[in-house]
Amino acid sequence: MAISEGKFTAKDIAEKPDLFLSGHRACAGCAPATVLRLIMKATRGPTIVTEATGCMEVASTIYPYTSWAVPWLHTAFETAGANASGIEVALKIMKKKGKIKDEQVDVIAFAGDGGTFDIGIQALSGAVERGHDFLYVLYDNEAYMNTGIQRSGGTPYGASTTTSQAGKVVPGKLEAKKPIADIMVAHEMPYVATASPHYWKDLIVKARKGIEVDGPAFLHVFAPCPRGWRTDPSKSIELSRLAVETCMFPLWEAVNGEYQLSIPSKLFALAPQKKKPIKEYLQTQGRFRHLFTKEHEKMLDEIQQQVDQRWQRLLKKCATTPPNATQ
Amino acid sequence: MKDVVKQELLALNGDEAVAYATKQSDVDVIAAYPITPQTIIVEKLSEYVSNGEINTEFVCTESEHSAMCACLAASATGARVFTASASAGLALMHEMLFVTSGCRAPVVMAIANRALSAPLNIHGDHSDTMAERDSGWIQIYTENAQEVYDSVLQAFRIAEHLDTQLPVMIGLDGFTLSHTLENVHVIPDDTAARFVGTRQLTQAFTHEGKTVPYKLDPANPMTMGPVAMPNYYFEFKRQQEEAMKNALKIIPEMNEEYARISGRRYGDGLVEAYRLDDAEIATVCLGSTAGTIKTVVDELRTEGVKAGLLKIRTFRPFPAQAIAQVLARTRAVAVMDRSISFGGNGGAIFHETRHALYETANHPHMVNYIYGLGGRDTSPTQIRHIFGDLQALAKTGKIEEKVNYVGIRE
Repeated sequence: MAISEGKFTAKDIAEKPDLFLSGHRACAGCAPATVLRLIMKATRGPTIVTEATGCMEVASTIYPYTSWAVPWLHTAFETAGANASGIEVALKIMKKKGKIKDEQVDVIAFAGDGGTFDIGIQALSGAVERGHDFLYVLYDNEAYMNTGIQRSGGTPYGASTTTSQAGKVVPGKLEAKKPIADIMVAHEMPYVATASPHYWKDLIVKARKGIEVDGPAFLHVFAPCPRGWRTDPSKSIELSRLAVETCMFPLWEAVNGEYQLSIPSKLFALAPQKKKPIKEYLQTQGRFRHLFTKEHEKMLDEIQQQVDQRWQRLLKKCATTPPNATQ
Repeated sequence: MKDVVKQELLALNGDEAVAYATKQSDVDVIAAYPITPQTIIVEKLSEYVSNGEINTEFVCTESEHSAMCACLAASATGARVFTASASAGLALMHEMLFVTSGCRAPVVMAIANRALSAPLNIHGDHSDTMAERDSGWIQIYTENAQEVYDSVLQAFRIAEHLDTQLPVMIGLDGFTLSHTLENVHVIPDDTAARFVGTRQLTQAFTHEGKTVPYKLDPANPMTMGPVAMPNYYFEFKRQQEEAMKNALKIIPEMNEEYARISGRRYGDGLVEAYRLDDAEIATVCLGSTAGTIKTVVDELRTEGVKAGLLKIRTFRPFPAQAIAQVLARTRAVAVMDRSISFGGNGGAIFHETRHALYETANHPHMVNYIYGLGGRDTSPTQIRHIFGDLQALAKTGKIEEKVNYVGIRE
């Protein structure tokens, strides 16, 4: 895809005015807020943002204040996909009829994991099936954080949340995280990618690709939450690196369904010995504290196995076969 | 009546009448889900789009919830928007109906009024829209396909009027109107276009002291649908109620303006009093049953019975004053409800009509008749019985049963 990465040097990004402004009420160390700010650095021109109910929506638009320097719409929790559909078609037809200026206006939808994996998946799936031209950004902090850390379909196996509490009998969430980005690839949409705010340039370039691609694009961004994960607020970006280094959250893109590892993750494909054990990632977080007891330590091995299996599957998907090769 | 235009007579069912009026209204976006339960309104509109008869983006969403949401978002972007639904589909929209009215998005929606499950039933009654009476939408109910057509044209004007900026739903009785072929006079396309006009946008004041159009516009970034805490939420809701009050003036204005070009008016736009001037007994109803009742009233009048009908056209905002005025002189009134407010001691129309008359001196005796649920037919004979009950009530003043059920196995 023809995106010049040179456009996004640290200098370029620093000089571009913010569109997601300071003064919002996100918690200290909130990675989703960083993710939104970085993604708004990827815009190419006039942009309309729509957002599902969630942390970032609540933290950024408490009337009469707003952190948004672009037109912004919130309607409900499960509706980011439908919002984007409505905005996109309205722009298209009004341009055609000469009711508004004939210029490119990009549409970005933001939603959290609850608004994407769970309640919003129908509207998202429908919007993608209809082929609306928009970028959908999932900022994944792995539970319903805004409402008090309840488990979602994006919460990982073993994590303790207020609705999957690690207790005497149940050791946290017993179900695996839904492979949402793969589900989106299965929609045969033109662009799907995963990203992490530690790799800020990779994130911004992917957001820009998603904006520029003709048709729907989906970006799954890893976004640590100190409150919900019981982590040190100063460690959010470090955690978003560790998730990639352990291959718990590998970075890849699928352009027209063709998987490709992104550079930060490619390193661990080429030099598997550099891949860090998952324990290093888990032990920094209070939500996994119970796994480091005698009772539950075998879950650590299970999690390591799950991570390894998923990583191997991804490597297979990313293995490129020359187009004319015979089997 | 010199301004009345020459009109074409078409055979249309209610659904087609909705679609035809929508076609003449330069709608920008239609987002709809066709099947909970199915109405042919969106099929017809899709056909217009496919044949290039309208310049509209048609979005076939994956549910009514998303349909209403896409409508709201398109409307917020400045587009003129239409959708249609019924029954379970409207119930699925419930959450979004409040968000749409709360965002002051002037979406117009036709509802082919039908029963709610369970048991599953796709036939006509008013359970679906009556359940949404507090959703902040203007509600207009229609008597025949002609009124359906005329009301849809007016609905865009009412919704988009700068003093209302509220969504409007037009109710047409499922099957009785939606699927029944009638003769409908349609005004010419250019007359309709002139009447409906282009969408006006409210002007909003920014913190910088600028005045900008209320829409999602990159030239004037605006945050729409924010969080409002207890310190501001209440004022938003109070403003919606004020807009509803304004609609009590706007709806009659549109009714009159439309009458000047079409020659057709529906009472004062809010209520239609039929042979009520000297009536001693009266029924109150909304929707297609008004047609049946008018026939019975005419028969009774030839027999010397002073019977009349009050048809409520606009249920939200509720025209309490107009209703009190015309019913005050009667002696006994039967309010007809085509839905049940379970446990509510009578139907919704009964509650509100009775309430409207509370402050009237010597107000009439009032009884409630629940009828026609799940598409059950209501015959002229049954209406005659109701008037018979009213004659007895007017004479004796004795209410046997306050809430009655028409044509039911007990």
